[in-house]
Amino acid sequence: MSDDVLAIENLSAAIRNGPTLLHEISLRLAAGEVHGLVGTSGAGKSMIGRCVLGILPAPVRVTAGGIRFLGKQLVGLSERDRRAAGASLALIPQDPLSALNPSRRIVSQMTDVMRLRLHLSHAEAYARALAMLDEVHIRGPQDVLRRYPHELSGGMRQRVLIATAFACEPRLIVADEPTTALDVTVQKQILRLIRELQRKHGTSVLFVTHDLGVVAKICNSVTVLNAGRIVEQAPVADIFLRPQDAYTQALFAATPRYDRPGDTLRPLPADFA
Amino acid sequence: MTALIDATALEVAFPDTSKKRPFRPAPTTKILHGVDFHISAGESVGIVGESGSGKTTLGRALLRLIEPSAGHIAFEGQDITHAAERALRPLRARMTMIFQNPLAALNPRRTIAASVAAPLVARGDGSDVRQKVLRALDRSGLPKSFADRYPHQLSGGQRQRVGIARAIVTEPNFILADEIVSGLDVSTQAQILDLLRELRRDMGLALAFITHDLSVVRVLCERVVVMHQGRIVEEGDCAALFAAPRHPYTRRLLAAIPLPELDDTWLDAEAEEVA
Repeated sequence: MSDDVLAIENLSAAIRNGPTLLHEISLRLAAGEVHGLVGTSGAGKSMIGRCVLGILPAPVRVTAGGIRFLGKQLVGLSERDRRAAGASLALIPQDPLSALNPSRRIVSQMTDVMRLRLHLSHAEAYARALAMLDEVHIRGPQDVLRRYPHELSGGMRQRVLIATAFACEPRLIVADEPTTALDVTVQKQILRLIRELQRKHGTSVLFVTHDLGVVAKICNSVTVLNAGRIVEQAPVADIFLRPQDAYTQALFAATPRYDRPGDTLRPLPADFA
Repeated sequence: MTALIDATALEVAFPDTSKKRPFRPAPTTKILHGVDFHISAGESVGIVGESGSGKTTLGRALLRLIEPSAGHIAFEGQDITHAAERALRPLRARMTMIFQNPLAALNPRRTIAASVAAPLVARGDGSDVRQKVLRALDRSGLPKSFADRYPHQLSGGQRQRVGIARAIVTEPNFILADEIVSGLDVSTQAQILDLLRELRRDMGLALAFITHDLSVVRVLCERVVVMHQGRIVEEGDCAALFAAPRHPYTRRLLAAIPLPELDDTWLDAEAEEVA
């Protein structure tokens, strides 16, 4: 289908002269869809997001396959051409503190992106930053814009980054474990916020997480990964009601739940590692 | 049942440097407001709450890493509320701690064996150090060969096992674990939880487990105390409390946990306001 926002086809990535990290990954993302990438550490879920964004760590490169974004092939694109496509792509990172420059005020970090991507003037970018902070329900946005990152709480910092990500009206957002570092109550607010904005703007989201609970609540479809390979790919309802693969089932058994006795927890069998 | 640790009306206050004026002592801010906490030998208690609820401060006060400003703490009947560090020294081997971030807690220039041996060396226990270290590593599920490696050569889960080995090397009867599985993925987390259950069974350990994740508490603990703004708002048996939470704050915490099952309305449900 050509109306998919994102189509990854048989994507493989490897460390130069080293092991293969991703094995023939394929996935499609329709407009407004939230797709979860789940798996344990090292399964390659973040690596897929980085391939799409074109921010692979230096020794890793795409060895085969392609990534079509809005019908345009991203693999093999020059830096300049990629930058042109980049305005419709955004990232919500895992750790908001390390994603923000500690020595610059929020206002300059937010407006930088907009001036670069949307070629706005100072005043326009400032107005847009204010509007975006309002959209992520931050009270007193003028005050927040004057602050430095360390003066904000974890939840507030994540809101600032969400506001920045949505500011350029992207078609696709890669959310890389955006709530892992947060308290559960703040996590719920942030998840609700991401879904609210994503629906309002019709943005597709590639949602990287290791928490099946988060997947259940926010994703429409999901890819389960293990050791760089796709284990199972299905709409969320299928994965949660009828997990087909043994690995997916083991992942469920290893997830602690407050509503079940503790001795029902089963660590992943060693042969999956 | 005698309490291993018995804390009553515990208060902790820190100087608030942001409000300090020149030539005057900084005014203090109270973090704990009269907390009663007890744990019996071999018992496992979860201490839960959000950031800033005072759960870490409570844990550190129990180990007397910070001195309370009011109240009492007794360890095995002995009052340690204001005990001097020298008097506490013999107890340090019996009550230990596992830290949240093992990479920060382990000296990067020391081998695993040297780090694990540190508590033994500190109390002048020079006999069979190597044997005891290897035994602690083995109990924590690490092979002997890891003894001479360095922290950066290990994965996150392995490093946390080193932290556990260091906490059990002196054969304590109380361990405080502060958010030790928060940064781990479900598979590593389940392994560490499994290990802690095994150690508790084999060594008869009492465990105070600080976390913001109530699901993890259910796996590991018999009893749970819920903290909010420096007070314990609710406590009780895990199964009973999670089935029927009474305090609105506990209900809000539970409602915020995304269970791995489909629920279209979960994200729409407004969080219950806490009075």
